[in-house]
Amino acid sequence: MAVLPIKFTKTKRDKLAQVLWVLNWISVVTGIILFSLGIFLKVEINKRQDLMAMSQLQSVPNMLIAVGLIACVINFLGGKICYDCVDTNKFLRWKLVMLPYIICTFFFTLSVLVGALMCYSMHGQLEEALTLGLRDAMRYYKDTDTPGRCFLKRTVDQLQIQFQCCGNEGYRDWFQIQWVSNRYLDMSQREVVDRLRSNVEGKYLMDGVPFSCCNVNSPRPCIQYQITNNSAHFNYDFHTEELNLWMKGCRQALRDYYTNIMHSVGLTVLIIWLFELSVLTGVRYLQTSLENVLRQGDPECESDGWLLENSFVETARSNFNIIKHLGKFNQINISSNGDPNIDKPPTAHYGPDNVPPKPLPMAS
Amino acid sequence: MVVGKMKLTFQKRVKLAQYLWMLSWFATLGGAVTFTLGCFLKTELRRRGEVMDNTDIHCVPNTLMIVGLASMGINYFASRICQDALDPGRFPRWKTFLKPFFGCSVFFTTLMLISVILSYAMKGSLETSLKIGLKNGIRFYKDTDTPGRCFQKQTIDRLQMEFQCCGNSNYKDWFEVQWISNRYLDFSSKEVKDRIKSNVDGRYLIDGVPFSCCNPSSPRPCIQYRITNNTAHYNYEHQTEELNLFIRGCREALVYYYMGLMNTIGAVVLSVFLLQCSVLASVRLLQTSMEAVAGQENVEVDSEGYLLEKGVKETFMEYVDPVLKLLWMNQPGPLQTTEHTVTWFLCFRLHSGTPRPHTGLKSISIIKY
Repeated sequence: MAVLPIKFTKTKRDKLAQVLWVLNWISVVTGIILFSLGIFLKVEINKRQDLMAMSQLQSVPNMLIAVGLIACVINFLGGKICYDCVDTNKFLRWKLVMLPYIICTFFFTLSVLVGALMCYSMHGQLEEALTLGLRDAMRYYKDTDTPGRCFLKRTVDQLQIQFQCCGNEGYRDWFQIQWVSNRYLDMSQREVVDRLRSNVEGKYLMDGVPFSCCNVNSPRPCIQYQITNNSAHFNYDFHTEELNLWMKGCRQALRDYYTNIMHSVGLTVLIIWLFELSVLTGVRYLQTSLENVLRQGDPECESDGWLLENSFVETARSNFNIIKHLGKFNQINISSNGDPNIDKPPTAHYGPDNVPPKPLPMAS
Repeated sequence: MVVGKMKLTFQKRVKLAQYLWMLSWFATLGGAVTFTLGCFLKTELRRRGEVMDNTDIHCVPNTLMIVGLASMGINYFASRICQDALDPGRFPRWKTFLKPFFGCSVFFTTLMLISVILSYAMKGSLETSLKIGLKNGIRFYKDTDTPGRCFQKQTIDRLQMEFQCCGNSNYKDWFEVQWISNRYLDFSSKEVKDRIKSNVDGRYLIDGVPFSCCNPSSPRPCIQYRITNNTAHYNYEHQTEELNLFIRGCREALVYYYMGLMNTIGAVVLSVFLLQCSVLASVRLLQTSMEAVAGQENVEVDSEGYLLEKGVKETFMEYVDPVLKLLWMNQPGPLQTTEHTVTWFLCFRLHSGTPRPHTGLKSISIIKY
């Protein structure tokens, strides 16, 4: 029993072929869109490479780029096939290619789905990459004279200004690291020496943050040093002060930003996947209806198109058998001692009763 | 004296009509592009409208938008005219329309050229407007509790960070202004009292700048207070320090930005102007050559086309007189109306020497006879 059969007249078949030709070209455009989404994602991740510890994040854009390119090629071929399918003669050219093409495209659409799902499942990796990356970036903030790290200060400052965030989880992260380089500390001053002695590692820690943490919306000029000292500033209470510095942590800000991008990209890829699947279904219907036309012999007649000739279970079973026997084609039949010329009993079918015809009388 | 005479065979006329049709659609596109550029420029100017004192500079995008719309209309009609030009049955219905059409087209095309010139000529006005606007912005920076000025601080901070600039001409502008509000000054402290007494107006002036002047590319943490005091900071000399704060003034940065925008837009509009001129000249040639064969039995003969039947001055008078007649309403004869116009221009020039803004038209009504 065929799965989802539809009857196709000649005009319906031609229309289907033309529509599929147009849809395949649209799919080429969506393939280009997939490719450009992959490139966009790759550029966005590389822009903040300094702030993310190297991880598996690059696999998502790479996957999208590959899938986009393959989609273009497959749909270009599909367009060509559907263009030729209007004419039954030209279809004969593609007859043998079409079924493998449909199977390949089916597995390809599965990979598009995998790409979409990967976009949604990146949370954990992203969080980990950001935590480690930001922690290191803040630690090396002061090393503007070390090659390889000299632009980290600028990167972190521009990040905090652009994303309106401060520190890893909050501004207090800056209190725990030394972000003022020793080159700019006057070691002869008592205050500096006291601070250096106040902790085990000899770091110059203070309750101050870099200028990039300053909140633009604050009504008063920015207080970035002696933040926890209420008496150092007039009319200031750091417990209630919310507008002075950015309250959000940069990890959360970046995570939200990338999650938004990923979700939008994932949604677009899902829509493209649905579109590809529908185009594939149309091509399958076209292929089966044209094959039935060839089977019936008359190019103008009506024919059935279906997704699968038998039900799912039977098709699965027959395919499984084919695969099983695939391995046996070079095995020898030992019952006839390997000689293929020995007479074998007839195995032909003679209609529903299976009654072999009487042998013809021989002329004597 | 005929201007731009040209002999056109039938084949040439047909070819001219075809190319003209395509060219006029390109010119319509050019008109749409001009309109879009005008809108874009206006949006950009309005975004920083808070640091500009007046809106004189807005005449450039306004002109561009008007010219863009007019150009789309002109070129649409040009394409319709050339579509009908080769059909002797349909061409005569455009007869009465053509004179005002050409008058309007020349006017708007000249306006396009004027807008390009304006975009270069308004640089001085823009600079003055920015100077006053930024001065006020810096002065009212501290007034975050005064309604109408509470967002000045935010505007100036964002501006300085985005354009990487500090102050009006440079960072020293902040030393002359009290940019810390009195609400945050401890008047019982000796230092505050000394500073306030140190100048006539009783302002709290410091050699410090807001945090938005800090340069992220600086290798050391930002020094924003006691900038001119070398001993206050270790290993610091403010005369040689270039990376600590932004060196450029915001006025210079904004003028540079807007001039860059207007230069690009000017180049694009100039090319649209050239396209438009060629379209108009071709329509005129086609029209005059078709008129020469109008009414004849055989339309496939050669004919002559020209740009202007009379000289430039006479054609100009011919077009301008009806317009002026409409404006003055009771004046005799075309030539005398033109004489009055000339007198009007001379008087306006004389009177515009004195600094009285809106008396131009009033003085005319006294002088005209």
